[in-house]
Formats: sequence, C-alpha cells, structure tokens
Amino acid sequence: MIAYADFKIESLAYFSKKMPNHVRWVLQQIKSRIERLNALFRPVMHYNCSAHHEGTNMTEEASNISSDTAAYPWSKNEMFLFRAALAFAMRDYTNGEEFGVSDIHPCDETERVSFWFVVTRPNTTDLVDKGTVEMAIKKSRNRINGAFLLTDQTLEFDGIYPTLAAPVSPATPPWLIVFGVVMGAVSVGIIALLVYPLVQRKLKKNKDADDEDSDEETGVKTAEIGANDGIYNSMFSDDERFTQM
Amino acid sequence: MGKDAGPEERPKWDNKAQYLLTCIGFAVGIGNVWRFPYLCQIYGGGAFLIPYLIALVFEGLPLLFLELAVGQRLRKGSVGVWKTINPVIGGVGIGCLIVSFLVGVFYNTILAWVLWYFFHSFQEPLPWSTCPLNESRTDYNLECKKSTPVNYFWYRETLNITPDIEISGSVEWGMVICLASAWCIVYICFIKGIDSMGKAVYVTSTFPYLVLTIFLIRALTLPGATDGLLYLFTPDWQTLKNPRVWLDAATQIFFSLSVAFGGLISFSSYNEEKNNCERDAVLVGVINSATSLYASIPVFSILGFKATTALNACKDENILALTNHFEFSDQNITLQNYDYWYEYLNTTYPGKFQSLSLRECDLQKLLKQSVSGTGLAFIVFTEAVISMPGSQVWAVLFFVMLFSLGLSSMFGNIEGVLSPLNELKLLPRWIPKELTSAIICLISFLVALLFTLSSGNYWVEVFNGYVGSVPLLIIALFEIIGVIYFRGMKTFSDDIYIMTGKRPNIFWKACWMVISPLLLLVVFVAYVIVQAQTRPTYQAWNPDYEKFPETEQKLYPDWVFAIIILLCVVPVISIPLVALYQLLRGRFRKSSVGMELNPYDNDAFVTDTQEQKTQRA
Repeated sequence: MIAYADFKIESLAYFSKKMPNHVRWVLQQIKSRIERLNALFRPVMHYNCSAHHEGTNMTEEASNISSDTAAYPWSKNEMFLFRAALAFAMRDYTNGEEFGVSDIHPCDETERVSFWFVVTRPNTTDLVDKGTVEMAIKKSRNRINGAFLLTDQTLEFDGIYPTLAAPVSPATPPWLIVFGVVMGAVSVGIIALLVYPLVQRKLKKNKDADDEDSDEETGVKTAEIGANDGIYNSMFSDDERFTQM
Repeated sequence: MGKDAGPEERPKWDNKAQYLLTCIGFAVGIGNVWRFPYLCQIYGGGAFLIPYLIALVFEGLPLLFLELAVGQRLRKGSVGVWKTINPVIGGVGIGCLIVSFLVGVFYNTILAWVLWYFFHSFQEPLPWSTCPLNESRTDYNLECKKSTPVNYFWYRETLNITPDIEISGSVEWGMVICLASAWCIVYICFIKGIDSMGKAVYVTSTFPYLVLTIFLIRALTLPGATDGLLYLFTPDWQTLKNPRVWLDAATQIFFSLSVAFGGLISFSSYNEEKNNCERDAVLVGVINSATSLYASIPVFSILGFKATTALNACKDENILALTNHFEFSDQNITLQNYDYWYEYLNTTYPGKFQSLSLRECDLQKLLKQSVSGTGLAFIVFTEAVISMPGSQVWAVLFFVMLFSLGLSSMFGNIEGVLSPLNELKLLPRWIPKELTSAIICLISFLVALLFTLSSGNYWVEVFNGYVGSVPLLIIALFEIIGVIYFRGMKTFSDDIYIMTGKRPNIFWKACWMVISPLLLLVVFVAYVIVQAQTRPTYQAWNPDYEKFPETEQKLYPDWVFAIIILLCVVPVISIPLVALYQLLRGRFRKSSVGMELNPYDNDAFVTDTQEQKTQRA
C-alpha cells in the first residue's frame, strides 16, 4: 500500500492541455487528485512515481496532457516525443547535463491525455526539484509547443504560466494615419471650397473690367465682339496706335 | 446672380429628391438604430409596435405635417415663421434655436466617438479584442481582466472615464482631435448652406441603408440569429397594460421624428410654394418608422449571435471543467450532448458536481441582457464584430454607417441654429454665410470640449436625457397652439389649399385641434411626473466598486441637478419672455397700430438704379 499522507498539496503541478478561454481551476484539481489517489490503489506500472511518494518531501512534477476538441491523437509515440522534448528542455537549461528520454518518467496516465511526470538526474534516481524543471520548461516552452504543433492556449503546464507576449505596438499608431488622411482630405476640401469662388470672382471681375462697354447690348458691335460679320473698313480703324504724339 | 445687388434670394433645393433625402436624413438618426430595438425588446417585442404605430399616426404625422406646411407657406426659418404668425409666440423660434444648439453640441460628440472607433478599426487585431499587459508584463491589466477587453477599450482607452461626475479629470487629446475632425466634416458639408449640404445628403442619407442591408444579409447568416429575432419579435401582450409602454412609445416617436427643432421648418421653406407637403410628411414619417424596424432586424440578429457565442463559450468552459474533473477522454462531452451529460453527472455524482460550481449557461438570460445607446454600439456590437470573420471590414462599415446617420441629423441641427440666427439679424449683413457657419462650428466645438474631459460621458448623458426631452415637448405644444389658435384653423386650411390643392381632411383637423395637443400634454405631464418621482441617478464606471465590473449607481450632486433644471428651463424661458415683451410693447404702441403700413408705399415703383443693377446681373 502506498502512503500518500506526506504528500504536500503545494508540490503538485499539473500539465494539461487546455481549450481556448479555459479558466484555471488548479486548486480544485489538486484536491480531487489527492482524493482520488487516496481512494484508489493503483498498481504502479511506472518506475519512480510510487517509490518517491513515500515519506519524501522531494517535490514531484505532475502533468496532465489533455487533448483538445480536435481530438489530438495520442499514442505511445507521442509520449516518446514528449519525453524527448522535455529531455531537450532539461539539457538546454542545465547546459549540458546529458538528460535522456529515460530520465523522464510519466505516471498515472488516464484515459484523458493527462499525466504526471517526474524527472531524474541522468544515470541516477535522484529527482530533480520542481523549481528547476519549471524553469527549464519556461525557457523552452516555445520548442515544446512547436514539437506538438500546439500553442500556449492548447497546451498547458499547470502551475507554469506562459509569459505573455508583448502586444504589438507599431511605430506610428495606425489610427493617426487614418485620421491624417481624413483630415487632410477635409482640410483640402474646405480650402478649395472657400478659395474657388473668390478666385472665380476675381477672374470675373477682370473680365468685367475688360469689356464693360459691351455690357450695353444696344447693338453696337465693336471690333472685339461682332464686327466680323461685315466688311472691315480699314479707314475707320483705330489709328490711335499709329498716331501717338 | 443677385448676390451683390438687390434683396438676397432665398436658397432653393436643386430638386425634390434633395429635400426629401435631407428631411429623411434628419429624422433617421442614430436613435433609430440603438434606441428603437432596445425599446422593442424590453416592451415585449412585436407588441410594442402597436403603441408605436398609434403614436406615429396620431402624434408624429400631424406634427410633421404642421411643421412642413408652416415652413413652406411662410417661407421663413423657425424664428421668422412664429413672428409672422403672431409676434407674441416669437419665443418659440428662439427656443428652437437654443435646443438645436445644445443638441448639436452633444450629438457631435457622439459622432466624435464614432470617428475614434472608425480610425481604430484599421488595425489587426482590433484594439478592443485583447487586453493590454500590466506594467510588469506578467499578467493582463487588472481593470481589463475584471471586465472585458471591449469594456476596457471603451471606458479606459477611449473615454478615460473618472469614477464620478464631480471628478472632471483632464482633457483627452485623442478625443479632442476626433471632435475637431467631426466639426470640420460638419463644416465642410455645410459650408455653402444647403447648396453643399444638398449634395452631401445624397451620400449620407442613402449610405446607411446600403450598410444596413449588408449587415442584414450578413447577420441573418450568423449562427444564433434566429434566436435573437424570435426573442425580439415574440409579442408579449401583457406589456400593453403597462402605461410606461405607451409613454415610451409616444416619446420615442416624437424624438425620433426630430420635430420641434426648427430644422424641418427651415428645410421646407426652401421649397417652392406649390408642393404637396402632406405627401412629404407622410412619406418622411413612414420611412422613419420603417427604417427603425428595418434596423432592428440586423441588430437583433447580431445580438442573438452574440448570445449564442457567449453560450457556447460558457458551455465549453463547463465541458472542460467536467472532462478534466471526471477524467473522461476527450470528445465524450460535446456541445451537442452537453445537456445530457450535465444532467447525468449532476444526478450520479452530486457532491463532486457541486464542488465544481459551474456557471449557469442560459440562452434566455444572455438574450435578456438588453443594451441601448452607446452601450449597444461601442460595447455589444464591437464585441460581436470580433467574432465575425473579416472583423475590420464589418467594424469600418458599421462605424461609417453610424457616422452617416449622425451627420445627416447634424445638418438639421445646424440648420436649426443658422437659419434663426440669420433672421434675428444678430450678425451684420456683410458677413458671408461661410464665415457664419465657421463661427457657429467653432463656438460649438469650444463648448463641446466639456465633453472631452474624462467625465465627459456623464455630461453627454445629462444633456441627452434632459435637453432632448422636456423642452422639445413644450415647444411642440406651443407650435400646435400657435398654428391652430393664433393663425387659425381656417387660415391654415387655406394655406394648405394653396400649397397642395386640397384642404386638410377631417383626420388632420381632429388631430391638430384635439388629439395631438392632448397627447402631447399627457405625455409631458406623465414624463415630468415619472422623472420627478425619483432623484435622478447615473451609472458610473468605478474600478474600485466592490461589484465591479457592474456599473455603480450614483446620485447626481446638487450642482449637477441645478444644471439639469437650467437645461430644461432655459430653452423654453424665451417663450414667456418674448410673449411678455410683445404684450407690453403692444400696450404702449396701442395707438400707433397702423404705423407699420404706409398707404403711400407703391411696390410697383422701383428706383432706376436698382433696376439697372438687376438687369446687368
């Protein structure tokens, strides 16, 4: 019989895949986990889980992988990939300690793709403490996500919150650009509408000053307007041009 | 052209379509989209249409017909018309002027908000779809986490609202430039009076219908649309027994048609005299109500879609909780068999089930979350738009539609200010109309800077609730009294006969003489009683409130209450003041009543110089 009495709630962590908009319910899960473990006797198939539950206050890493609504296909090969990814994360974090696939021990797998796991140092049975494992996972989170083609939202390590990506803030806020375009068009429009009639009126005034005489419309046609109908009599032409004194 | 010589000609519409589009645009405003569907929803869906249509027929159409007829016949703006009928009621026009100005000021602020959202819709992802991070970058901003990103964007990033109306905060610069843009756009459309405005209404009055149709088709194809529509239109006949329903229907029709602003009188005065204003009035009134109905269909489809999305999200959450807790393999519990599993697990493992404290996912409850006003446009709609594929397009279309709706109503407000101002001869003659419009827009902009303060939203609601309600009722009442009793039913019938070729039938006469004034009086009295029963309160956005994200209900402080009273009284104070002034003046000049008419005035004899000038032009 395995004694779980020394199990500390604080030492549990879950690794579970979550669906979008998932609400965290870690503590409840932990409590129920404890209940379940205490209630059932499960023949332990895996290596380290049970042995290290007895009287140790070594922290243990527990994880659940749960598949999302698209029914992530889980198999032994996928589990192997997970262990390999985690071994990579450990190697990367500890800078060279040769963690192997055999050092990652999943246990208590359920029907649902969720399980616990512990990590041992290479070639020994010493457990790696939770803090180190967490830091390693945090560092290589992207790579682990990528291995499974999942995201922070669909693959979750309980207790390890993803560092939030900084929001994209472009150099010029886009709304200023739109504002600039709209206001530019409006200003040009206002100026155009105000200036155009003034310009028109000025042109008209000039035109008016030029042919003020022709406004009479009493039939007298000067040379500028309608004199081309008849025969041009050069005797009566405007000879001021020639006789300037 | 007659511009620099001789009397200035009254501007004219280019064609009838311009006139009708302008009137329809003035009547159809943002309220048709965000007020009517809300009323329909809370007053029992299809059943609300009955008091609404009754109010339209007995109150709305007669008032509309009256205003259009009076303007067209007397060919003057709102001040000139009442002065002509009888100088004693000249104050009605001044009241219209003040109301139009005050309404224009806060209405354009709403358009500034619409512009802000429009400018921000050109981003991917939309800025109201995610929460920003807090300073230490470890988690989302606390205020945003507690409420929703959409709420946060509206209250914090757009308005930067203070928790109380007394705390004024500082001027929001983003809002100031949006307000400036809004006033510039209004100015450019109004720069040449109705010449430029008449061209602008071709776009601003027709574009909303196009967008509404697009939204209608899109909304009807969204999942959950039918739920929303069913909820909207299922009649609940019990609500008809509630007198509040009739009161709200009457007030809604009244404010929706934009009567008593003076703008309609001015618009119809630019018509030619022989124009069938009866048909115009009926047309405008019917189109306004039809637009309200037409707009409520996509609004409610989208609300139904939003409720369904929220329901599915709620169910998904619960499914995840259940699957994790009871450790089923995935896909066992799905949205389809959710109810079955829910019941089964509840009955077989009640203890464990309760310990999960799952959220209650009820579609009816989600649909009941009714919103109107800015809440509908800037919170509910923007949230729905995020879930639609191609969000930016829908957001841009929606805000451009709102802007067009509001802009065409602003034209009526500005006209209601400019036209009386010209008639009162407050400004010297040599100032061109472009400059007058610019001055009015500038003054309105400066006054509206009040609404760009952090507490601006609260002030907009104060103005919206009190300027646009009681004074209009009083002005409309005096308008009917003025026409029917001062001008006389007989003279008015003759006027209509001259204009349309037939006298008004018994229905119109009965409405004008008895039914409409009575209805208005009842509505006014009931309105005042309802308002006076409780001390007015407002909903404040207070992040420190214990029930945050719910809004906190606060009482208006005394000085705000005094301002409210002022807003209700100042527009209508001119009516008794002018009446008193005219009566006193009449008493002193009782002997010289004929001094106005000069028996030696021969209009046929015009001086030579004037004739020459007109010929040359």
